[in-house]
This record gives sequence, structure tokens and C-alpha cells, in this order.
Amino acid sequence: MANPTPESNPSIGIYVHIPFCQSKCHYCDFYSITRAERIPDYLDALKKEMQLSKISGVRADSLYIGGGTPSLLTPRQMGNIVDWAAAYFNLDPNAEMTLEVNPATATTRDLQDYAAFGFNRLNIGVQSFNDHHLTFLGRRHTAKQALAAVKAGNDAGFTNIGLDLIFGLPDQTAGTWKSDLLQAIRLAPKHLACYMLSYEPHTPLHADLQSGRFTALSDLRTADLFRMAHDFLGAAGFEHYEISNYAQNARWRSKHNQKYWNFAPYVGLGPAAHGCRVPVRWWNHRSLDHYLSDIAAGRLPRADEEHLTLEQQMIEALYLGLRQSDGIVLADFQRRFQSDFKLYFHTAIDRFNAEGWLEMDDRRCWLTMEGMLFLDRIVDELIEMIS
Amino acid sequence: MKQIRNFSIIAHIDHGKSTLSDRLIQATNIVAARDFKDQILDSMDIERERGITIKSNTVCLPYKAADGREYTLNLIDTPGHVDFSYEVSRALASCEGALLLVDASQGVEAQTLANLLLAMEHNLEIIPVINKIDLPSADIERVKHQIEEDLGLDSEKAILVSAKEGTGISELMEAIVTKLPPPKGDPQAPLQALIFDSHYDVFRGTIVHFRIFEGSLKAGERIRFMYNNTMHKVEEVGLFQIVRKPQKELAAGEVGYMIAGIKTVSDTRCGDTITLQDRPCDAPLPGFRDAKPVVFASIYPVAADEYEELAQSLEKLKLNDASLIYEKDTSAALGFGFRCGFLGLLHLEVVQERLEREYDQSVILTVPSVSYKIILNDKTEMIIDNPTHYPDPTTIEQALEPYIRASIIIPDRYMGAVMKLCLDRRGINKNYQYLTSNRLEMIFELPLSEVIFDFYDRLKTQTQGYGSFDYEVIDYRPGKLVKLDILINGERVDALSQLVHEERSYTRARVACDKLSEEIPRQQFKIAIQGVVGGKIISRSTVNAFRKDVTAKCYGGDISRKRKLLEKQKKGKKRMKMVGKVMLPQSAFLAVLKTDTE
Repeated sequence: MANPTPESNPSIGIYVHIPFCQSKCHYCDFYSITRAERIPDYLDALKKEMQLSKISGVRADSLYIGGGTPSLLTPRQMGNIVDWAAAYFNLDPNAEMTLEVNPATATTRDLQDYAAFGFNRLNIGVQSFNDHHLTFLGRRHTAKQALAAVKAGNDAGFTNIGLDLIFGLPDQTAGTWKSDLLQAIRLAPKHLACYMLSYEPHTPLHADLQSGRFTALSDLRTADLFRMAHDFLGAAGFEHYEISNYAQNARWRSKHNQKYWNFAPYVGLGPAAHGCRVPVRWWNHRSLDHYLSDIAAGRLPRADEEHLTLEQQMIEALYLGLRQSDGIVLADFQRRFQSDFKLYFHTAIDRFNAEGWLEMDDRRCWLTMEGMLFLDRIVDELIEMIS
Repeated sequence: MKQIRNFSIIAHIDHGKSTLSDRLIQATNIVAARDFKDQILDSMDIERERGITIKSNTVCLPYKAADGREYTLNLIDTPGHVDFSYEVSRALASCEGALLLVDASQGVEAQTLANLLLAMEHNLEIIPVINKIDLPSADIERVKHQIEEDLGLDSEKAILVSAKEGTGISELMEAIVTKLPPPKGDPQAPLQALIFDSHYDVFRGTIVHFRIFEGSLKAGERIRFMYNNTMHKVEEVGLFQIVRKPQKELAAGEVGYMIAGIKTVSDTRCGDTITLQDRPCDAPLPGFRDAKPVVFASIYPVAADEYEELAQSLEKLKLNDASLIYEKDTSAALGFGFRCGFLGLLHLEVVQERLEREYDQSVILTVPSVSYKIILNDKTEMIIDNPTHYPDPTTIEQALEPYIRASIIIPDRYMGAVMKLCLDRRGINKNYQYLTSNRLEMIFELPLSEVIFDFYDRLKTQTQGYGSFDYEVIDYRPGKLVKLDILINGERVDALSQLVHEERSYTRARVACDKLSEEIPRQQFKIAIQGVVGGKIISRSTVNAFRKDVTAKCYGGDISRKRKLLEKQKKGKKRMKMVGKVMLPQSAFLAVLKTDTE
């Protein structure tokens, strides 16, 4: 499903943000709070937000419950969300329905119940199979629990399971990363997300790095780990379809996440969630209180919105297109921007091509694995050419 | 003429001159309250932001005094910075009196003193004004004491005001009428008028600001600028009342403007004398001086194709700033640009900021330099203000550098810090004297080249803001000069070269290399930065290559943020310059100006 056109009336995606965690992981900059007693209030508000943002005449073909820690919700509560999504956004019964699961909170019984409500895809936040690394990251679970969570998912009948891994930790060696990857492959997931650890401002890990408590892994070694994942997972039959994402094959790519990269419309529900329908993007307050008070007042809890100019759309198209192995689809680019991509950027394209960073054929232009490592730089140079 | 008072306000920066001007203007109701904005005379953004006056402005205030008579009070605003002391002197020469403004908590400072001396040179009647009396930290008795002791003025005559709150303004206006003398002069005599400023108007050309000492002037008359020796026909004369108010005639004692089809401000010179072509006066007014630039730097457009635009912008800027001089310059690294002369570092910064803000130019400025006198072995003498033109060292017999006499006034507890700062800058302490029991004036002779970098900033830091500084160029003295080159990946970047004193070369080279390595973004290859004097590498630093440059995750919430970052970088990129294969940001060129890190 490459690059659906925004002009046609495609199905929408629904993202629901569950802003609760038992504790904050050291690296995480997503919005979440630890006050689980507010979950019922939040769910009431969520229902109202769905009512307020109801769109008639659409069909939703993906639902993604992320967080935070969605698995803090009871199966019943989760079932309600599915019911509301069906009622207000015409959620297709065959939609891709993903639930993010924290290994610390997953039981076979709960997972069975989730499956009963229609969830057909689990994304398990394993992050690492190394307990030492898990502690460093501030995860509440152990490697053993992660293995148990995957088993519980299988036992509950989930066939589409994805795992999240993080690499590039301080002092991480090729050996420890390889054993993480090997362990992951053994579990036969349909999807693997491998994220380079990034130190986001205002996170404890960022503060520790700044204060010199540890030294970040060098770019050189992080890049080597990235290459290792690409080679290793490639050999195991995985398709590296986005910088941080691998799928067993194209069928198991994340339908929902691809909407973000391909300008498909999506609604974002819950605090800090973003929605988009080209050329508009909007986002909710990054505060549960603010979110609740707006809803209580009968307002959509919007923090702000932006109307993308064509230039801004082009920047995003470059940035997001080149994240994916499908790359930029030349015909789509031509249609959206009335310009020939190859002609417009030819000097840079030639240079990147000579560098071994970029390739193209008649239909598409995409980054090689080496090119992916320099995406930001490449895009930076491309957008400089936009006038 | 008896009902005219011409006066300036002289003050140290931040003592509230602009605010006091505002109050005087408001008191006369020449501007409707709804049109009033703070610091109305400071029309440039940069003036309002930095709280300094760069272009002087004049305003003619009608005032009905307690004696029942209508007076015309001409407030001649003056630039408030050491770089512009000549302009200040011409403005003062156009006055009979001055308000000496002193901040009630800061007290007398170096510029207060320097300006007072200037005012006294012009025999002006001085009214001390103590401002900011509303501040909790105001110490009126102490300031009065300083006025007596440091300035030798009668503090009993001081008027207490709070310009911010409007206190004391009516007393002050009465004092202007009763204490300051009216102008003298004969309206029937041959015209003798002093140009103290000029500015450019896109529709009318140059607007000349002047004061008539003798005679009178009306539209249609033919005039001559006596130093410039150019002739013009007067189109309009008038008064400044925030807007221009045309008049039939201006006569001796009056201050106003003239429009005479003069294309650029450079065609008029501050301090020149205007007289009538047919009936000239005997001699020009004294005190004319060519404003000489003391700091030189090259300006290049960031993008080579913006050269023409930069040329046009400089031309327009020059229309309004006669003290800016420039000529074409080329650099192997930066292409075509301009070598510019400035009155001082502030003037340089002002020009750079105006180019960027008013003319939307992205420019790169090279390391500022003073002008050196070089005596070659064959005894020929050359003036060098551009490192590029520095001759082969073996041909040089002697190099001479400009020295200044600096007056620094500080609370005496900072004496040690200031002494160290000045001695570190190769200064010679000539004298010091206590102005009051704890305020010290220190006199140093310093090489100008040591002052043009961050001397003033350092002084402010070392004295926690209490130090004040004024200077004049005195003479040229021998100094061991070397040319410090910077190599980036083996390539000499001429725009980063600087002429430095030999003693300084190692520190400068080290600091330049370190600063550059912080400013140059990592690229795909390792970048070596070297400081070189006479073929010898004296410092080096490295920027490591980056091995990856990619954002790990990008989902719904990340997309806008990432795009905004890219947009910001794109803007910043406009400020990058390719030197060989290396991308140098504008900030890299600025970074080498910072001399000390310790």
C-alpha cells in the first residue's frame, strides 16, 4: 500500500493516546502521567471527543491504541473504545487494530479478552532482552517478562505481533545487539521496530547525558549497529521498509503507521495526539487537565492547528517519503506539486547517487541503507533547493 | 530670538535621555496622545532595543512659559555612544545650553564626564538634571555630591525629575526658559549656518539639519556648503515637529531643516557651514573635521549572487549614514564584497544589523581590524587595514599601530580587575584619580586593536556593569605585528585572517581554532582547523566527521516538529558559506572575534 493519494477519499486511521503509565521510562518523551485513578474520567472525555470529532461518510481501516501504557486499561474499557470508534468513525470490522502492550502488564487472559474485542495486532514494547539495558532505560519489566508477553500474545491467538527494540545504548556492543536481534527473530514476530536511542530534551536520560553521568555511544558505532540490524534482519527475511521498521513481508507492514508517512488522513484522540487531513494538521493539548476542561466545556481539546503551505507539504513529502524503502513515488510528486522531482532536485540527486546514498528508477526514488543513515542531511540539502 | 532656546540632553547610556525627551514632547502636545510611542525620537528598531540613540533627531517644542510668553524650545538630540563623539560635538555646537542628565542611582559616569567636557568646550550653560528619582535605589544626595565634586557644577541648581513618571517636568521646562540663554546673531548678516546632521528621505532626498548663527534662509535661495564647496538651490526650509513643518524663512538662532535637491547624505558633511552663494559670510564656522573611520572590516553576502543586492543596500544605507565608507573588496574564500570603515565597533554592529533587518541581507563580516602604518625597508610608508594587503614580512622595517587614551570610571573596588584587564590588553596606566571617596577615574593608553574586540563587554562584566568607558585616538606607536592565518582542511580562509600583535598570536590562534571547532557543524569528513603564523602552525583543532544523521522515529506527533526544525535549518543555511568542501556558518566568522575564553 504505497502512497495512497490524499485527493481521493481514502479510509482514515484512528490513533488513541492512553496517557497513563505506572512510571516514566527514562528515555520517553511521549505525554503520560502516572495517576491511573484518572483513567475513568479520561475515558468519559475520550468518548465525548469522539462524538465531537465524528466524521460522517468515512470509513476507518486502522485503529492504533498507543501511549502511555494502553495495557493499563481493563479489557472492558478497551472494548468501549473499539465500540465508540465503530460508532463514530465507522471502524471497519476488518481494520488493522493495534494495541501497544507493555510486557510488565500483559497476561494471557487480558490479551484473550482484547482479541475478543477485535484487536488483531499487538505491538509489544520489548526494547531489549538484556536486563542491564532495561534497567538503564527505566523499563519496569525484565527480559523474561518480555518473552512471557510474546508467548501470552501467541497463546491468546494473535498472529500479527510486532516487537519494539532500542539500540545504540552507551557501551552497547555488536554482540549484545546481535543477541537482542537473534532473540527477537526466534520469537517469529511479523514486525520489528528498531529504534536508535535518542536523547530527547526534558527526559531523565537527556539530563544524565548532559551532566556527564555516561557517554553516548559514538555515531560511528551506532551506525554500525544500524547496518547490523539491516543485514541481519534482511538475512532473516525481513523487509526494511522504513528507517526504523522491518516487516516479515509487505503484508505485515504497519498499515496505520504508513498513513503518517503517506499523507493519508488520520484522527488523533486523547491528550497530545495529532490529526491530519492534508493540508491541515492539528493537535490536542499536552495536558490531561487542559484536555478534560475543554471537553467539559463542549470544545474540541485542540492546542493548535496548522495549514500547510505547498512548500511545507513538499518538505514533509521529501522527509517522509525518503524514510521509506518505497521512497518518493515520482508520479505522486508530480501530481501534488506540479513538478518533476528528478528535474527539480537533479543536482543533489546526482551527488547523493554518486555517494551511494540514493537510487531511482522510472517510478520511484529511494534511499539506500547507507543513505538512510544520513536522511536528515540529505533532506536538509534537498529542501534548500525549494524556492 | 529672545524666545528661542536651543539645547541638548547629554547623558550616559541608560540614564533616561530618550524617556526624558518623550516627556518634554508630550508636555507640549505636538503629538496626539494616541500617536505617541515610547522613545519617539529613536526611530530605528535597534535604537529602541539597545536603548541608544544612533541618529540624532531634533524637535521644535512650542512652550508657553510662566511669564505668559510663547517660547520655542529646540531639543537637539545627540547620539549616545563614544563612536559618535564628533557628531555629538556638532550638535552641541548648535546649542546654547544643555541638560546634563544623571541617573539618581547610577551617578556620574565616564560618558557623563566626557560629554560635560564637550559641552563646556562649547561654552554651554548647563542645567544638571537628576533622573529616576522614583527608583528605590535612588541616592539623590550622593549624586548631588558627585555633581559638585566630579563635575564642579552647582548641585543646588539641579532639577529632580522622574522622566518615567513625569515628575519635575514642568519645573524643568521653566528652567530651560529661565536658565538657558537665548541665541545671539543678526538676521540681516550674511548667512552662516552649521550642519549638525542629515538624513535621507526617499521622496525629497537629503534633509539637512542645521542651526543658523547669522543671517536667514528661505526657499529659492542659492546656497553653498563651504567645506564641500558645492552649490544647491533651496527648495524648502522648515521646523521639526516630529513631522516636518515648512516655513517661509528661518533666521538666526533657529534650528530646522532644509531640502535642496541633494541626492545623498554623503554630499553633506556634518560640521560643514552653509552660506549664501551671492552673499557669503567671511569664514566657515570652526570645528569641522572629517569623521575618520577607525575600525575596518569586510562585508560579504552569504550567497555570491546576492552581491548586487548588497551593493544596493549599502548604497541606500550610505544615503543615511555619511560616516560609513566602503569600497569593493574580494576574497578568495568569500568572493566579492566590500571593505568598510566604521567609526567604532558599535557603528559596525549597527551597520550589520541594519543591513540584515532593514535590507534583509545575510552577510558575513570579517574580523575587524584597525589601520596600521607599515614602514617598508625602502622607507615607503603604507596604511594597511586589511590583512589581505599585508606585505611580505621580510620587506617590513617597522609596523606602527594606533593607540587610544581611554578614560575608565569605576567604583574603586574594581580597580584590580580593571588594571588586570587593561594590562592584559597591553595597556599603560598613565594616571588615576579619585573623583569621590570611592569612585576612580583611570587613564590608560591602549592599542586600539586591543579594544575593538570585546573590551567593552569585558569591562562591563568585570565591573558588574558599573564601569564606564570613553576614548580618543591619540597616536601611532611601534608594535610587533604578525599575520595570523586560519587554514581549514589545509586551505587558507583569507576572510579569517587577522593582523595581531606577536604577543597575542598564540592565544588568538588557540581561541580562534577552538571557537571555530565549536561553530563548524560536523560534516561527512574530518575537518582540521589550524592557526598559522609565517608558515608555522601554532594551534589546531578538529571537527570530527559525523557517521549518521537521522531521526530515529517519526510518527504523527513528530512530523510537524521535524518539519519546523528543517524550516529553521533552511533559514540558518542561508547563513552558511562553502569554503572548499567545508560549510562555514556565519557564526564561525563571528566566533573568531571573541578573544578571551578564560
